[in-house]
Amino acid sequence: MTLEERFQEVYPPLEEREAVTEANRCLYCYDAPCMVACPTHIDIPTFIRKISTGNVKGSARTILESNLMGATCSRVCPVQELCEGACVLEHDHKPIMIGRLQRYAMDYAAERGIKFFEKGKSNGLKIAVVGGGPAGLSCAGELVKLGFDVTVYEKKKWANGLSTYGIVVFREPVEVALAEAKMIEDMGVEIKTNVTIGKDITLDELVEQNDAVFVSVGLGNVPDMGVPGENLPGVLDGLDFIEETKVQNLDSIKFGNRICVIGAGNTAIDCATIARRLGSERVNIIYRRSEAEMPAYHFEYEFALREGVSFMFLTLPVEVVGNGKVEGLKCVRMDLGEPDASGRRSPIAIPGSEFVIPCDMVIKAIGQKKQTPMMEALSKYGVKDIKGYIAVDFTTNRTVHPKIFAGGDCIRSHGEASTVMAVQDGKIAAKAIYRQLVGEQEDKSEHAKSGCCKEVAGTHAH
Amino acid sequence: MANLEIDFRGIKSPNPFWLASAPPANSAYQVQKAFEQGWGGAVWKTIGAPVLNVCNRYGTIDYKGQKIIGLNNVELISDRPIDLNLKEIAEVKRNFPNHAVVVSVMVESKKEVWQETIKRAEETGCDGFELNFGCPHGMSERGMGSAMGQVPEYTCMVTEWVMEAATKPVIVKLTPNITDIVQPARAAVRGGATAISLINTINSIMGVDLDTFELRPNVGGKGGHGGYAGPAVKPIALHLLSAVASDPEVQKAGLAISGMGGIETWQDAVEFMLLGSTSVQVCTAVMHWGFRIVEDMIEGMSNWMDDKGFKSCNDFIGKSLPRISNFGDFDLGFQSVAKINHDKCIQCNLCFIACNDAAHQCIDLKDAKITKEANERLWPVVREVDCVGCALCSTVCPVDDCITMVQIDTGRPHTTWNEIMKSKPEVTQDWQKMEEYRKTANIHVH
Repeated sequence: MTLEERFQEVYPPLEEREAVTEANRCLYCYDAPCMVACPTHIDIPTFIRKISTGNVKGSARTILESNLMGATCSRVCPVQELCEGACVLEHDHKPIMIGRLQRYAMDYAAERGIKFFEKGKSNGLKIAVVGGGPAGLSCAGELVKLGFDVTVYEKKKWANGLSTYGIVVFREPVEVALAEAKMIEDMGVEIKTNVTIGKDITLDELVEQNDAVFVSVGLGNVPDMGVPGENLPGVLDGLDFIEETKVQNLDSIKFGNRICVIGAGNTAIDCATIARRLGSERVNIIYRRSEAEMPAYHFEYEFALREGVSFMFLTLPVEVVGNGKVEGLKCVRMDLGEPDASGRRSPIAIPGSEFVIPCDMVIKAIGQKKQTPMMEALSKYGVKDIKGYIAVDFTTNRTVHPKIFAGGDCIRSHGEASTVMAVQDGKIAAKAIYRQLVGEQEDKSEHAKSGCCKEVAGTHAH
Repeated sequence: MANLEIDFRGIKSPNPFWLASAPPANSAYQVQKAFEQGWGGAVWKTIGAPVLNVCNRYGTIDYKGQKIIGLNNVELISDRPIDLNLKEIAEVKRNFPNHAVVVSVMVESKKEVWQETIKRAEETGCDGFELNFGCPHGMSERGMGSAMGQVPEYTCMVTEWVMEAATKPVIVKLTPNITDIVQPARAAVRGGATAISLINTINSIMGVDLDTFELRPNVGGKGGHGGYAGPAVKPIALHLLSAVASDPEVQKAGLAISGMGGIETWQDAVEFMLLGSTSVQVCTAVMHWGFRIVEDMIEGMSNWMDDKGFKSCNDFIGKSLPRISNFGDFDLGFQSVAKINHDKCIQCNLCFIACNDAAHQCIDLKDAKITKEANERLWPVVREVDCVGCALCSTVCPVDDCITMVQIDTGRPHTTWNEIMKSKPEVTQDWQKMEEYRKTANIHVH
């Protein structure tokens, strides 16, 4: 297999007959648990039924009405934990392949360039969205449908955040993420890329010049491990490593033959599997806790095992060894002690158990840094933080400041961060912004009574 | 987006999707809920004579894992008092003035009773009437329903009575349980009806329990014929619809037609409308899935119309009717042969065995290196010169676009059976002449 082929999407698209056959297996439950389990509450039974009747365009509309990032979510959502996990057929049979059916409908609409939504009648109100990831784009898209003038400020060259830069291409090709951002732009959202807040424009200016600001800056890169040798050439940031595979030619990416990936979350799995597909002979995932505590989804773990990734649990890196370049990773063996603050049994080093794993590359995937400069800028407005994450009221995603809302990974102080949660954050904020700025003025009108995003969107389509 | 509004000979409806006179259209609660979800109209469950229902009134056919491809019932007309129904009909029409509310009526064969009931029903403000001459069970034994619909004279007579009394459009609902559907349709024309609807349910026995020997559905140890509906009856309904819609007398009278029988999706509805139906009525699909299916029906039809460039339903209603023809007018010169796409073939060899056992033995299994990835299994290969173009292989093939029927030019003249009967009647009478004709016309029989 060529390198190109190895970086095609893991699951091939469903053929029409496969999709229709699978769609017909769906029971079309009433008040379906899959729909309840979806954080954005896509009307899953309806979009699946529309595939079964050949109304694939309508199917795509049903998905996008609830989730503008439906194309990304169909690829990256932990469906086993969400919709498919809740499917009533899960117990006795196989659940419906909801994720792949959603991708089928999204691909159908994308291939035909079908446009579903447009800007609502302008209400003259201006909104700034800081950060063009899934939360920001979702919020911007919902707001523009409601008639707001929305500008998204994105630090990177391209929009759509981790969907563009942080999801391996064999899960989501970069074209899909970019097309999704383009769809939001085509709806009338202005997306300004290569703009850094605090450098090219200040938060103060945004707050002053707009009627509301939605902050969705995500998180930063991987933090330091704080071990000697960490600065040696050959020690990489896991997110940077993934980004290379999305923006560079695959054959220009440097990789080691024996790689240690530190951490056992989904980013670590991505890094390890990329390395294997690039051609690394040996890839070890090093994790200080045991298999039971690893944060990666179980299906990701299984995927990594099938890709030939090795796992070393209860192993803590203490030093990157090398002379001018990485030559090995010194680790210490761990035992499990009493539960710690996270409720997981805490790892305790076994004295004298140090050993060195020979390797020529170390990839760090031990989490993401908080966005400290943004937090500092926000604190001027009285915005509080929870452990470095922006504090919001979860029913509105508003901070204590009436003009400032936030969503996405930068507010996820607890629970799992995922694209679909970010999309929902954007929707919640958009609805709250509408209620706060427009809903109150027009409260007596019929329009405001039915003024949720979905129904307003529906006026274009019906 | 396309405009789905219809004008059914004076009955206006925001879209062609109506609830059929049946359990889903039994009460104001149901009809209003249906309208809220998008249904364009409803034919209220038949009101009329007092009745009592039995238990286990529905039986179904499940087919290879799919539930309810057919449903039969021995349910009677509305078992709620006529006064209550009329009160609720008036309420629904008040709340939904732009939706079509049609009252289905069935009473005993007395002029005064029919006319009295129609007049009372008109007071509700309803948009029209449907005369139930189709119910095949329970009522027919009392001389109503299909007992009326099976005798064209009765159909005509009652239609006339109703037309005398009614000031609103009158739809005559036909029974399929008759030899020639065109006869009662013409009777409705003679009676002065505004429109026709079809089909009512088909007489059927749903099945027998192999353990208890009881019939399904089992009504306390007994069972009997009931009315068959659901996806399985659609081809029959389409045929009867097209027979009525293409009948010159029906066409001349300009009757509108409301089609039903197995409609479950927007595609089904489009097919009915292409064959001449202006509105479509749905029952079994709603009994299976609920009112919510209408969203996809409306959207799917609208998307299809946009794709085809149709602005309104009138642009396509009846569009396929001119293609309805008789065997005698089919082109005998038309020749197709099967082509197997071996890149798509999965070598299930169902085409081979179907052709070999049931058709004309023109597919061979060959040890041929047909594709790049040759394997040890044999490939089905069509002997084109022997293929009669029956199309059986392409219908059994489980792979899309793998076996296609391709038209070929044999140099045969375009001719029809009717033409041969005129020009060479001896060919149609004498096998030897037929053999000679085949030789000259280049028609081979294997």
